[in-house]
Amino acid sequence: MSIPLVVNGRSYSLEVDPQTPLLTALREHLDLTGSKYGCGEGLCGACTVLVEGKAQRSCVTPVSSVRGKKITTIEGLAHGDDLHPVQQAFLDEGAMQCAFCTSGMIMSAVSLLNRNREPSEKQIVDAMDGNVCRCGTHTRVIAAIQRAGRQMSESKETRR
Amino acid sequence: MTTKNIVRVDIEPERYELAERPTYYFDVDRRDFFKFLGAGALVVCALKSPGLGQESGRAHGRGDALPNDIASWLQVSENGRVTVYTGKVEIGQNIRTSLSQAVSEELHVPIERIDLVMGDTQLTPFDMGTFGSRTTPTMNLQLRKVSGAARDVLIAMAAKQWNTEPAKLVAADGKVADPAGNRSIEYAELVKGKQLTATLPAEDPLIPASDWKVAGTSVPKVNGRDFVTGKHRYPSDQTLPDMLYGKVLRPPSFGATLVSADTQKAEQMGATVVRDGNFVGVAAPTTAQAETAVATIQAKWNEVSQPSNKELFDYLRENTTNGSDPTGDGDRFESGSVDQAFSSSSHTLKATYTVQYIAHTPLETRAALAQWDADHLTVWTGTQRPFGVREQLAEAFHLPEEKIRVLMPDMGSGYGGKHTGETAVEAARLARATRHPVKVVWTREEEFTWAYFRPAGVMDVKSAVNSDGMLTAWEFHNYNSGSAGIRPYYEIPNQRIIFHPVKSPLRQGSYRALAATANHFAREAHMDEIAHSLKMDPLEFRLKNLKNERLRAVFEAAAKKFGWGKAKTGPGQGYGMGGGYEKLGNVATFAEVHVDRKSGEVRVKRVVTAFECGAIVNPDGLKNQVEGSNIQGLGGALFEAIQFKDGKILNAALSEYRVPRFSDVPQMETVLLDRKDLPSAGAGECPLVGLAPAIGNAIFDATGVRLRALPLVPDGLKAT
Repeated sequence: MSIPLVVNGRSYSLEVDPQTPLLTALREHLDLTGSKYGCGEGLCGACTVLVEGKAQRSCVTPVSSVRGKKITTIEGLAHGDDLHPVQQAFLDEGAMQCAFCTSGMIMSAVSLLNRNREPSEKQIVDAMDGNVCRCGTHTRVIAAIQRAGRQMSESKETRR
Repeated sequence: MTTKNIVRVDIEPERYELAERPTYYFDVDRRDFFKFLGAGALVVCALKSPGLGQESGRAHGRGDALPNDIASWLQVSENGRVTVYTGKVEIGQNIRTSLSQAVSEELHVPIERIDLVMGDTQLTPFDMGTFGSRTTPTMNLQLRKVSGAARDVLIAMAAKQWNTEPAKLVAADGKVADPAGNRSIEYAELVKGKQLTATLPAEDPLIPASDWKVAGTSVPKVNGRDFVTGKHRYPSDQTLPDMLYGKVLRPPSFGATLVSADTQKAEQMGATVVRDGNFVGVAAPTTAQAETAVATIQAKWNEVSQPSNKELFDYLRENTTNGSDPTGDGDRFESGSVDQAFSSSSHTLKATYTVQYIAHTPLETRAALAQWDADHLTVWTGTQRPFGVREQLAEAFHLPEEKIRVLMPDMGSGYGGKHTGETAVEAARLARATRHPVKVVWTREEEFTWAYFRPAGVMDVKSAVNSDGMLTAWEFHNYNSGSAGIRPYYEIPNQRIIFHPVKSPLRQGSYRALAATANHFAREAHMDEIAHSLKMDPLEFRLKNLKNERLRAVFEAAAKKFGWGKAKTGPGQGYGMGGGYEKLGNVATFAEVHVDRKSGEVRVKRVVTAFECGAIVNPDGLKNQVEGSNIQGLGGALFEAIQFKDGKILNAALSEYRVPRFSDVPQMETVLLDRKDLPSAGAGECPLVGLAPAIGNAIFDATGVRLRALPLVPDGLKAT
């Protein structure tokens, strides 16, 4: 069965089982390996992508459920060499160690900031609690999200 | 027991780490797959021109003997970039950055121009592995020496070219300059792509930490941009043309042996099935196909009875191996007259502490991509010991190590959990049969089940103090956890310390800080118990029995920052501390907890850590390691425990095995003591050891309930 996918502004048609997880489609069929497998249960957030601007766990998303929808992965977040403010903020705050969680963290953060540019710490913790970081960079991630939010408010970064 | 002195036998950390052997021994000889191989295999990796040490066919030795020639470690290319070769690997501890700082500092080259080749068995000098917090004290030092020697060689080359004295020249910014002659020359122009063949001088003063300009500063992660853009390819992201995906049939329980396997359906589906001894695996063009194929295999297994964690601690006590643990020996230490000291003391205390098995749960599961070219094997895999994995592959496939290359792309963490090469062996076995490159990535369930665990343990502690609050005797038995950090740093004249190795019911191995977490938990909890039994302040009691100045300094610094001695501000609040000395670092951790006895909720509200590991190489990176240790340590301290029964792991999923999350993270304050007069030590492990006892002691302070088992409150702490 052919499934139409729109990923990072490009259109694809995939010949896969409709139940194939979006994560597998991205990684195995489109070679977009920035989204990571961490748990396969939607509980670690490493696979997070944006579907129509909202964070979604791609490992538990059947590819058929997002046909034709606008999907953004970590690879599609920057404009050429210009990083998204959240990407830049993660660099500025040193909000990573092994960074395996980072792409999922960034996508969840973008989703949060798309809704709320000035989230409180409590709102950040609530929004990010489904993203696991085993190295323990949580406090920096919170700082990075606050920094990016301020940046986005100033520059009126548009939704992606 | 007698009181005669027993010779101390240390477990070498390296040997402790090497306990795990490969899972499979293949009967490959009778299967002549190689007759098919050779012509079609692709070689996709353009090799960098290896340094001299590499060309000499692994001439340099093993162990701690590091190659002595500059070319083994460092090369200046014609384009002005500097390539550095090290067998250490990047697993999130940010040594790619800190080692680059060391090179930049001594070689006087901007850090942006330095490339590190790490953990590639073909290109880098042999390295035992990245563990034991050894990178900073050994590799950082080595690369400083190499870079300093290279800088001097470059200056000498320029001096010769200009017919002047080396002492009149200065090296800076990748150039040698002659201030008097108003001229300069790029390193690249001097070297012209050739190798620096000199060896390291016996005596070569390094730049002292007090004069550091690049080292000692918070240089950000050197390739950070690749991580925030998804560009970096972790081991599990590696691909090759015509690659297949592999899946392995897992036994229903530990120790089960394969009786029979009907693989017909899997083969009919187009998957390649490999059976070799206990190994049954499939390879197919997609993960989905491989998963479906392996699920169709009908296998019969012989299962054996296994202990469960219900009887774990009794089992550990009853199954000691009398010094024949996997590493070969135990650890015993005795000083003074222990029995006499106890019998003459009026104040003794006895308690038993336990720790459960826990899983490393690296966010990236084990992964490997293997490719054969005739009888040469190349494997990209996530491991802390690429050379160890090469050895395992050589053993499994009966090949000389020269025919095997293991590469380690910067991976999604390890925490001591990735010392072994399971996926490398599995992928290589499948690749050998299919004549295609094969990638094996473990599921989370496989990672929870077929990796190895931090050892569970039982610690029996007995102590004696005199009326002045001075420790007089200390007896400490550790069953199974290990001997890391087992020796007290408190001044105690009479000591008996024994590590009892046990035949572990679960596959176990290294974990960040090893047994130091268990041993510090038992010791620091016990210190708290003694202090309370004496009605002494726990800090005062510790300091009274502590001479080590570095350790006193961190306790005092953390106490000051924490505000030790301040009054409680509400019900359910408690303060506690723990600390110690491990892997050349000194830590003191103070915690504030809130316990709601009605709901049972225990929250760690605030953690203050003071840490000292000599001259700091990268303050921000160090802070990241300290805070990361505390957050990771929350799991093992509060709620992480592997549940097992009948040879099965019962909570092999993130939905059933709780790891710390954002909502668990306390307010954290970190005090870094920078001792520029002392050699730099590692920091990946030591900061972890103070947390669990600090929390346990704070819970006691809040509730009067003494918890002696890790995890402390997997089900909360409801009033009964």
